[in-house]
Amino acid sequence: MKVNEVPQDSRDFRGGEKLKKLVYAVDKDGKYTGVNSAGWEAENFATRQAWDAVDEALAETEAKVKAGELSPIAYYMQKSLMDKALLAKYVDKWGWQVSRHMKPSVFQRLGRPMLEKYAAVFNITVDELLSFGK
Amino acid sequence: MSQVNFQHHQHAHCESGVTANLLAYEGLHQVTEPLAFGIGAGLFFAHIPFLKVSGTPGSTFRSWPGSIFKRVTNSLGIDVSTQRFSSPEKAMAALDEVLERGKPAGMLSSVYYLPYLPEAFRFHFNAHNLVAFGKENGVYNISDPVLEEAATILPEDLAKARFAKGTPEPRGFMYYIKNVPADIDLRTAIKKGIKKNAFLMLSPPLPWFGINAIFLLAKKIRKYPQQLTPRQAQLYLGNIIRMQEEIGTGGAGFRFLYAAFLQEASELMKRDDLAELAVELTSIGDEWRNFAYSAARQMKARKTDLVSYDELGDMLVSIGNREKDFFKRLDKLKW
Repeated sequence: MKVNEVPQDSRDFRGGEKLKKLVYAVDKDGKYTGVNSAGWEAENFATRQAWDAVDEALAETEAKVKAGELSPIAYYMQKSLMDKALLAKYVDKWGWQVSRHMKPSVFQRLGRPMLEKYAAVFNITVDELLSFGK
Repeated sequence: MSQVNFQHHQHAHCESGVTANLLAYEGLHQVTEPLAFGIGAGLFFAHIPFLKVSGTPGSTFRSWPGSIFKRVTNSLGIDVSTQRFSSPEKAMAALDEVLERGKPAGMLSSVYYLPYLPEAFRFHFNAHNLVAFGKENGVYNISDPVLEEAATILPEDLAKARFAKGTPEPRGFMYYIKNVPADIDLRTAIKKGIKKNAFLMLSPPLPWFGINAIFLLAKKIRKYPQQLTPRQAQLYLGNIIRMQEEIGTGGAGFRFLYAAFLQEASELMKRDDLAELAVELTSIGDEWRNFAYSAARQMKARKTDLVSYDELGDMLVSIGNREKDFFKRLDKLKW
């Protein structure tokens, strides 16, 4: 990659435009030098798509929580970009236990300490967790 | 309050960047980022289909976190301390103690818990390196190599970042330089780094690592249209591009960084063959970029076109063959 080929396609979503990464490119004498890049179209597209996938899944889950099919844990898990295995590690539980907690009937009976654990991982209050979707 | 007279410099890759910044603080300004990357044998490739990261197969273009710092300091005979911790409290107390002794400390962290980074980058990626170089009014001064300027972070955020769960788990990993010898032998370290990197890319007998993994990914990509839904295929491709380009400047970026290393090495050691290899690797890096560009186009097309996925596979086979030849030439260099 030559210095004049370093892409400058602004990463204009979710604050991405604030970061100009350093990349190495070849100058006109064939010498490598560091150049700042605003972003690259191909990369921006892939990143934006990953975020779109998050948003789509989140909207689906929100509807399911509101319809009483899933507990708010399912929503906040996705909002925190986690999957069951990762969330289970954060709350010191097995994956199947987290799955159970996603059932509204089980969620309603969860004790305060467990709710506090989830809320802490999601960086919200227990009230926010309980009232979501209501 | 503890403050270290630390110079933050932006770099292309977090770990070689942190290593170069920490060495510069000790007065070893001659170890640039490309030299740190090369001596640390930072170039790699792995594709592990059964290791799913957020539902997509894991790929990486870099070596295992922590290995660059370890190899560089080892090869240069630099005395370091590395520690993992059983609890955030102990890890943060140990950090404060090191800062009070006037030492900047490198740490592994999760990008997700670093509020100073733009949201666009903040996924659960647990192998990010940064340096803390001071604590003022309860806030840490951070030198994060991807940033143009130094940043700050609250202790609770830093603790979360250091104790992120998932793959890999940093477990508070912290490292700092204790002593630097009066003389360092860059030439021997460069030679060792090159040999090591050629070995890492060429020798693993398993399909998931080194050159083999490039061919494995080529094979897998061809099957995406048959095996995956269009949406999944799109996400899988997107993940390869993101691992290649976005996270720590990725595949093509690392090839250019290593080429910069070979160029600097050729000047230091007065060897034209290294400069020639640098030119070859630059061209391979361009081919990786071309691959990412084509993969993004395929994603945009939103259809599982057999021909195009085959073409992506062909591109990877071509890259794999060239890298194989490149690393064999690197391996056979006479010193």
